Amino acid sequence: MIQANHQLDAKGLACPMPIVKTKKAITELVEGQVLEVQATDKGSKADLAAWASTVGHQYLGTVEEGDVLYHYIRKGSNEPEVEKSFEQTVPLEEIESRAGLILDVREAAEYAFGHIEGAKSIPMGELETRLEELNKEDDIYVVCRTGKRSNLAAQLLASKGFTKVYNVLPGMTEWDGKITKDI
Amino acid sequence: MTVNKWTAANVARRVIDNEELFILDVRNADAFADWKIEGHKFEYLNIPYFELLDGVEEILPKIPTDKEVLVVCAKEGSSIMVAEMLSEEGREVAYLEGGMKSWSSYLEPIKVADLDNGGELYQFVRLGKGCLSYMVISEGEAAIIDAVRFTDVFTSFAKEKGVEIKHVFDTHLHADHISGGRHIADATGATYYLPPKDATEVVFYYTALTDGLNVKIGASQIDVNALYSPGHTIGSTSFVIDNKFLLTGDILFINSIGRPDLAGLAEDWVGDLRETLYTRYRELAEDLVVLPAHFMIIDELNEDGTVARRLGDLFKENHGLNIEDEAEFRSTVTDNLPPQPNAYEQIRQVNMGKITPDHDEQTEMEIGPNRCAVR
Repeated sequence: MIQANHQLDAKGLACPMPIVKTKKAITELVEGQVLEVQATDKGSKADLAAWASTVGHQYLGTVEEGDVLYHYIRKGSNEPEVEKSFEQTVPLEEIESRAGLILDVREAAEYAFGHIEGAKSIPMGELETRLEELNKEDDIYVVCRTGKRSNLAAQLLASKGFTKVYNVLPGMTEWDGKITKDI
Repeated sequence: MTVNKWTAANVARRVIDNEELFILDVRNADAFADWKIEGHKFEYLNIPYFELLDGVEEILPKIPTDKEVLVVCAKEGSSIMVAEMLSEEGREVAYLEGGMKSWSSYLEPIKVADLDNGGELYQFVRLGKGCLSYMVISEGEAAIIDAVRFTDVFTSFAKEKGVEIKHVFDTHLHADHISGGRHIADATGATYYLPPKDATEVVFYYTALTDGLNVKIGASQIDVNALYSPGHTIGSTSFVIDNKFLLTGDILFINSIGRPDLAGLAEDWVGDLRETLYTRYRELAEDLVVLPAHFMIIDELNEDGTVARRLGDLFKENHGLNIEDEAEFRSTVTDNLPPQPNAYEQIRQVNMGKITPDHDEQTEMEIGPNRCAVR
């Protein structure tokens, strides 16, 4: 099952109710969190994706199980773009030629719908409590969607004594290489 | 203000009568771009319903007050919501009952001609999908050609006319819509005909529809003559009715010709298509009236709503009949083809009897335009 912060049951509801409910439910989430919308209306897939992009949320994808569609939406951010201040960076296109660990700090649901093969998933919010899963001897290439979360993650790792840490820029939005899915 | 409910039949009347209508289509932009309700004098505004959840004030200036306004969505729920919001703002608007689903399934029966001795020929125009079905009536008997899946429309119509359905034909194995032919035959005891070359994989009983087959409808003996005309599929067969009408199936349309690729064999069948259009049809009388199984655009409708044109006129006007160079013809019908119809492979499986989806699944498969032609 794909991890989400909140679930919304919109099963059995016809259009427009799945979107009306989603719009309301997503106000309960913190920016960056993931909402799972369960629906049976087949049209909800295209509509949710289109709605999300018009209002600035991120539609991650849909998993179908039997008659139920599980949609995943990450709440968008209104924060202004911040400078990616972590100094050690690596261009995205070089990532495949480098030896070391690719650390994907996006939400688990984002990772599930498409990541670079071999990348390890530790969402930004869990990083501090899962440091023991990482090795200080390794080169660590931190990637997220746009480079913003990975910038923060790289800073966090550096403050914990990791020295061979690089922020990968830009993020997965520009990735046109092979994608692995966990769905 | 009241919110009015329109049926697909109400909309069909406005299309055929060439009336003005303002359509506020609240489906998402992709769905609207793919397929909408077409009318000569219709105006459109596409704003997805999910952009109107907080209110319709912003679009009010774009909604005319001197014209009928119809709100349309996929099924109807969202159009009711938006229509009610507009109504609360003091506008008088209507919504389409059943949305684009009901539009896709609506059939308008129109008489094409009176035949000898009281016989009649009807064309059933499926405006939302561009499918055309036919019924020949003569002295208490009827034959149906290329029936779409709404079998009750045909059986009720036959009942209304007091005729017994005796023969049901499919000109070919359809790929863009689900045939109702076999089910009508099952329900009425009529004979169901299908070209054997298209039927190699079907899992039900049928009677072979072959070149030269002659069936007479009613005592006045309206002739239905089969003419083998491959190219869209290898089995495609046309009909000459009463020596006046040429039912071309998906081989020849008013403004386009059939595409040869929907069964996956464009390269193999392009020669057959050329032979049919440039040799077999050329041998027929130019005064025959062509009645195809589809139209692509609303401009192909005549003033009375029928889709029909003299064969001789098509030889002059239809681009697909006027490509002299064989190589150019080949490239026209095999390169740069339009996208294939929605779910066409599944639809072929249904028409072979291999899968039996429920009503909703069938509706879903048939959503969108038919795309059987190349221009």
